[in-house]
Parts: sequence; structure tokens; C-alpha cells
Amino acid sequence: MSQYQVKAGPEAFLPPAAASMGVILPNPGECHIEGRIAPEEEGYEYAARKFLEAKVPTIFPGPLVLWNWNENATKKAKAIRALADALPARLIPMADYRPKYPKIDAEAEINPNHPNLTIWHNKIDVCIFVGVHCHQANLALKIIRGGTDCFTMAMCAQAGHEDACLSFRDATVEKIEKLMAAVNKLKKEGVKSQAVPFKQIKMTSSGRVA
Amino acid sequence: MNKDKITLCEDLADIMPPEYHELVETATYGKEGRGWKDIGSSKELIEQHSLCAGCPESIAFRYILASLPAPENTVFVGSTGCTSLVFPHVAVQNIHSLFGNQNAIASGLKRTLKRRFPDVEKDVVVLAGDGATVDIGLDMTMQSWFRQEKFTTICFDNELYANTGGQESGLMQKGFVAKMAPAGKNFDKVRLPEIAREAGCHYVAMLTVSKPNRVEKAIRNAIMVAREIGPTYIQLYTPCILEIGKQSMEGLDEMKDAESIGGRFVMKEYISDQAQELLDTIAAEEKAKKKAAKEKKTVSA
Repeated sequence: MSQYQVKAGPEAFLPPAAASMGVILPNPGECHIEGRIAPEEEGYEYAARKFLEAKVPTIFPGPLVLWNWNENATKKAKAIRALADALPARLIPMADYRPKYPKIDAEAEINPNHPNLTIWHNKIDVCIFVGVHCHQANLALKIIRGGTDCFTMAMCAQAGHEDACLSFRDATVEKIEKLMAAVNKLKKEGVKSQAVPFKQIKMTSSGRVA
Repeated sequence: MNKDKITLCEDLADIMPPEYHELVETATYGKEGRGWKDIGSSKELIEQHSLCAGCPESIAFRYILASLPAPENTVFVGSTGCTSLVFPHVAVQNIHSLFGNQNAIASGLKRTLKRRFPDVEKDVVVLAGDGATVDIGLDMTMQSWFRQEKFTTICFDNELYANTGGQESGLMQKGFVAKMAPAGKNFDKVRLPEIAREAGCHYVAMLTVSKPNRVEKAIRNAIMVAREIGPTYIQLYTPCILEIGKQSMEGLDEMKDAESIGGRFVMKEYISDQAQELLDTIAAEEKAKKKAAKEKKTVSA
């Protein structure tokens, strides 16, 4: 039997869990690319290339990096902002995991219970999850693979995600910076970002300001 | 968790939707004298609820959240039932336990928090429906009281299993016919407040949620007594308007009827001598504080 590949969807209304199809998690120092275990360095370049090829590259930061609950979260937030600026990529927060429909502003936020709405609305073709708790990331990644054609990546602080098309593990500030370095390297080599011009959404307590 | 941790990372704050900015800027965390009067004017600790329109349980939830003496240092333990639908929306740490297990989970949690944070008062509050408290979880509920575990148990009593279609529960009144209990209930409503008192609870109250100031006082009393002395129990009548054939606007009237003279939810309160002593001390301290503040105001004027 050939190995199952975790490709961008839409796979089916209920895509199979990649783990049940034989996809295993990477060991430390490795990543998985579409279900294939590869050295982490290869993953950085692959992810950077995917991001630069994308029309709407997007970073989905989760509660673990949005809330200032420890010093490391602040550092990760800084690194994520730098990565978004380097690409450039949209930053759309997954601020918490409440089922927020029908109130959700699909353009400005994403929710694990219906992430496809945000993907469809913004026509996102490549995304990365960072700072999202694993159980919610698994749910969202599977829904995205089921109903959209978005290529998903996960910068997981634990053991990685089989249901992402590409997954890193043991995420640290340094690993986010390595991904940014891979982007900058490709850019220096002449690879140009294909991102559609956009303006990062800005919010305050009184609403959207940009 | 403490209030300082409820802030946004500066580098990503500008992408956060307005409600989170509002939560950080105007929530009542850490505010002295917070209470039910903040509802509607301050950012509440519950953004939305996923219960039915007009559900008295949603009212109870808001009053409880507004009444917590220290929400930033409170952990809720929930159980299966309508209450569990609200927990994802609540800006207070919470754990969902297995059906009926809530008081066992809370016992371990309270002991662990005491060891992990010896210098911080961490409140554990169980919020469960009558099925979880009285039927499926009665063993765990009572054992925690026997052991004198220092946390508060709040039972949302809607007198049946509501979100599974209306089955009979131990707290259902005698003779009541529900959708899934067509023969009517054959025995009396379990007298859990009395059982709680005999099982060792130091503060017990049974009331409806029609009067917010009463609810606030009961919740605060229960939490303060649980902190210092031992287990406390509150039973709140939160009728399921759908299962008793009422309209969305009729929940409040139903509660008022139930607490009128001769009704089955006339407010009952039991306070042990030890708890009464503590509550008197707290009341005296608050009175002195208010008096001092008033005098200070007069002098400065």
C-alpha cells in the first residue's frame, strides 16, 4: 500500500485522521512534509517556498502567543510579527476557542470550530498555525483539509500534527526565526513573494482602525 | 493566573478583535467591590451564552460570575449538562469533568492548588446541574462533604434532565409529568439542602435567581466560608422554560412564583456557628472599611 499523503484539500466532508492512515509524528530534529518524515532544515525551506509562492499567505497565532502569560510568549509574538513582516503575510488571530458563529468576523479572526469560513472568506491558500493548543489545532487542521484547498502548516510546541500538510515540532523562538531566515535566504536568491497586496488589519477596543 | 497575566502581547495586540481589548481594559478582574451591579456596564466575564433565549440558567451564570470575590484566582469545575454549554464562553479558568465526577475532581484540584500556590487563596467552585449533583454524582458530592473539602458546590436545579429531552431527576417535584417521564414522578423531591447540612456543609442556601443581590450574597458567603472553614452548598432554581412549557419571557415569573410563600423555593439558609462567626467578622470589617471611606470622603470634601 502506498503511503498516505497529507495534501491540501478539499479531501472530503470528513477527511480521515492522518494518523489513522499511517502518518506518524516526526522525532526531535525532524518535521513531516505531507506525511513524509524529513530533516527540519528541509522543512524550513519547503515552508518558506510555499509561503512565498502563495497569493494569500497567512499566519494564525493562537492564545499561547497572543496572551502575555509568560516571557517566552512575548518573545514568540515578536518573532511571529517579524516573520509576518518579512514574508509579508496576513496575521489573523485565533484568540480563543469559543464557538462564535454567527458573530464571527471571518475576515479578521479565525475559530477552530469553523476555520473554513476564514479560509474561504480571505481566499487563503497557505497558512501556518502557531501557539494554538494541540487539541484545537487538530480539529481546525482537519476541517481545513476537509473543506478547503489551503496548504496547512503547524509550528507546534509539542510533538507536531499529522493533520497539517507540513508540521514542525518543539517550536521555539529560534525555530520561528529559522523559518524567517529561510524566507530571507530565498528572497536573496531572487524568489519573489507572490502575495496579493494587502493591509494588515488593526484593532482597538473601539473597533477596526485599519 | 492573576490579573497581570490577562494582558495581550504587545507585538500582536493590534490584530486582536475589540472584545479582547475591552476584556483587558474594562473587565472587573481585581476590582474591589465588584458585583452584580457591574453587569451591563463593565465587560462581563461571559461574552455570550449558548443557552436558550431567556434561560434562567444564563441569568444565574452572570450573577455568579459577577459575584466571585476573585475571578482571576477561581477555577470552576463543570459537569455534563446545560451548564457545560456555557463554559467555553467564560473568562474564568474551568475544567469539564466526567458526568457526576465534579466534586471528586474539585477535591483533588483544591488540594493541589493549595500545595502549588501556598500563598494565594485559590477558590474552587463546582457548577453542575441537578442530574450531576443529585443523581449520577451524589456519591462524589456527599463524599466531598464528609471529607470537609474546602470548596463550594453550586447546583443549578432545573428539576429534570433538560438538554436530553426531559427525563426525571431526583430533584424533580413529585407528580410532575415530563416529556420523557410520562407517568409522573412517584416520590418527593430529594431534600439536598438538608442532606448537605447533615453531611457537614457549613453554609447551605437554596434560592431562585430572581433577586441578584440575594444570589450575590449567598455566593460570596459560600465562597468565603469554603475558603476558611469547609464545604458549602448552594442550590439555585433555574427552571428549564422549554421543558415546563413556558415562553422565553416567563422564566422570571416562574422563579418568583416558586419562591413565594408556600412555594418549594422559599429561600432557605443554614449557617453553622463557626461559619456565622466568620461571616460576622467579614461583615464588621466591611462596615468599618465603608465607614472609614465615608469619613475620608467627608474630610476631603
